[in-house]
Amino acid sequence: MTTSHSVVLVADPSPPRNRVVRRFLRHRLALFGVVTLLLLVLACVVGPWLLPYDQLSIDIRKRFAPPFTGLHFFGTDPLGRDLAARLLMAGRVSLMVGFSAMLVSVALGATVGLVAGYLRGWVGATLMRIVDAFLAFPSVFLVLVLAAFTEPSPLAITLIIAATSWMEIARIVEAETRSLRERDFVLAARLLGSSHLRIIGRELLPNAIGPIIVAATLTVAQAILLEAYISFLGYGIQPPLPSWGNMLNSAQQYLGSAPWLAIVPGIAIALAVTSFNFVGDGLRDALDARSEER
Amino acid sequence: MTRFLIQRFVQSLIILVLVSVIGFFVLNLAPGGPLSQFSLSPGMSQAELDRIAAQMGLDRPLPVQYLDWFGRLLGGDWGNSFRDGRPVLEVIGGHLPATLLLMGSSTLVSVVIGGWVGVLGAIRRYSVFDYLATIGAMIALSIPTFWFGLVAIYVFSLELGWLPAGNMYTIGDQSLSDYASHLVLPTLVLALVNVAIWSRYMRSSTLDVIGEDFVRTAQAKGLSDWRVLRDHVIRNALLPMITLAGLQLPTLLGGALVTETVFTWPGMGRLFLDSLGYNDYPVIMGILMFSAVLVLLGNLLADLLVAVVDPRIRIS
Repeated sequence: MTTSHSVVLVADPSPPRNRVVRRFLRHRLALFGVVTLLLLVLACVVGPWLLPYDQLSIDIRKRFAPPFTGLHFFGTDPLGRDLAARLLMAGRVSLMVGFSAMLVSVALGATVGLVAGYLRGWVGATLMRIVDAFLAFPSVFLVLVLAAFTEPSPLAITLIIAATSWMEIARIVEAETRSLRERDFVLAARLLGSSHLRIIGRELLPNAIGPIIVAATLTVAQAILLEAYISFLGYGIQPPLPSWGNMLNSAQQYLGSAPWLAIVPGIAIALAVTSFNFVGDGLRDALDARSEER
Repeated sequence: MTRFLIQRFVQSLIILVLVSVIGFFVLNLAPGGPLSQFSLSPGMSQAELDRIAAQMGLDRPLPVQYLDWFGRLLGGDWGNSFRDGRPVLEVIGGHLPATLLLMGSSTLVSVVIGGWVGVLGAIRRYSVFDYLATIGAMIALSIPTFWFGLVAIYVFSLELGWLPAGNMYTIGDQSLSDYASHLVLPTLVLALVNVAIWSRYMRSSTLDVIGEDFVRTAQAKGLSDWRVLRDHVIRNALLPMITLAGLQLPTLLGGALVTETVFTWPGMGRLFLDSLGYNDYPVIMGILMFSAVLVLLGNLLADLLVAVVDPRIRIS
């Protein structure tokens, strides 16, 4: 530091926690999202034990039963398997893949964003150009190629989805870090002799956590959609392990005779993704100090 | 302005190089890598494979191989399809028009509908319409394109029988109206997500412009609301949309791939999926690289267009 700075105390710009919670609770769609997600997760975790049918038990006599036939609430599939049981098992897989992919891509994206935003210079520029390069590929194309080139397993699919959805978070975190690093508390930390790693981990990351949480929520939605896309196209989760996407793949050919096979998993996907999007939107409004005056 | 454009051009070149590095890495992930054409066929001994690998230069260090591959890419030699031996660029070129037609028609629909929904939502902010448009857009963004396609086929083709369920034309009847009727469903399905995106961005862009001084000046001059909206608000609000169109290209291409699959539309996306099924690596890699280059060009073009249209950039 060649120039001398007078240390100016700036009020903490992040709104107090209870105000954030209050604003979030006012967001009705976000509440709808939270409740739906809780119910969905609960159903997927507990549901398969409560249903009278196993998701893999085949009953050829009862194939293509329409919804509400006896205890088959959502009907049966071409092999007579209970659709509700399959839907809930598929939900476990799809939600798990979506959530895990989010964790990996947030870790990757936040790291790249923090490093690029903090160091700037040619390291930051190079990192951000790499982000741009990844963004140039339509993600469905890239995910499909990677999935086709590797042995498909839930873990591989998760990593592949994460590998193609970290860029947005990196961009957000980079922009946030760039502005944060000029702030007085970072300067203070540096004057105290904190190491780069400590400044990134203890000063920058906690202050950038708001945008990261918002982006993470929206990333889960995107990851669930992406899994659905590639599984629908036959390169994602492989049967007999069900996922919402591959249930739709097999439903396609029975569209005319058994439309519920396509409609039920589709609604599940739409419900889950919409909910995550609503929650992300609500979090953004709640964490954004500027939305106070509205 | 020229400096800005040169800067953007150089940046695009750097990104192109990085894109090619990613592409090369992906190519080497393929089972058997570039050698797969031979290693996949039975009856090939390891000695023969080694000989071919040496012939193809695959025994050289990776950086050298990469430079060689990238050089051929730049020179237009993208390899030949495993399936029919035709040059990759020729195969892609044959499928490109169908994809461009679909992307074009659906962009037209989504810009017009999405644009107006956004403008109306902005000038009637917090109205019932605005609220419904917001929720509608969120839901549209949450529904998988292919599922919306399946439902559209079920309703409009199977149940109502109004529109064909797939393909680009009926064999034997290739009249304009036949093409048009095949285009309707895929266009609308692909447009749905984009209408949602465009309406959201147009809404916030319009809101930004409405607060500007020149809008108040125009109103003070006594212009009618419609003239203020048309000549001052919308024209300026559309500017950021040019950049958005560039940024939306990957999403649009990805959406086209899925839509083409559902509607058996003979475009690049359909070709991509077929090639995956045949392990036709040169074509797969070709389409992957081609779409990335297309996206980079689109973004560059959008920047160029903004620079030409926006007086603020034109002058500085």
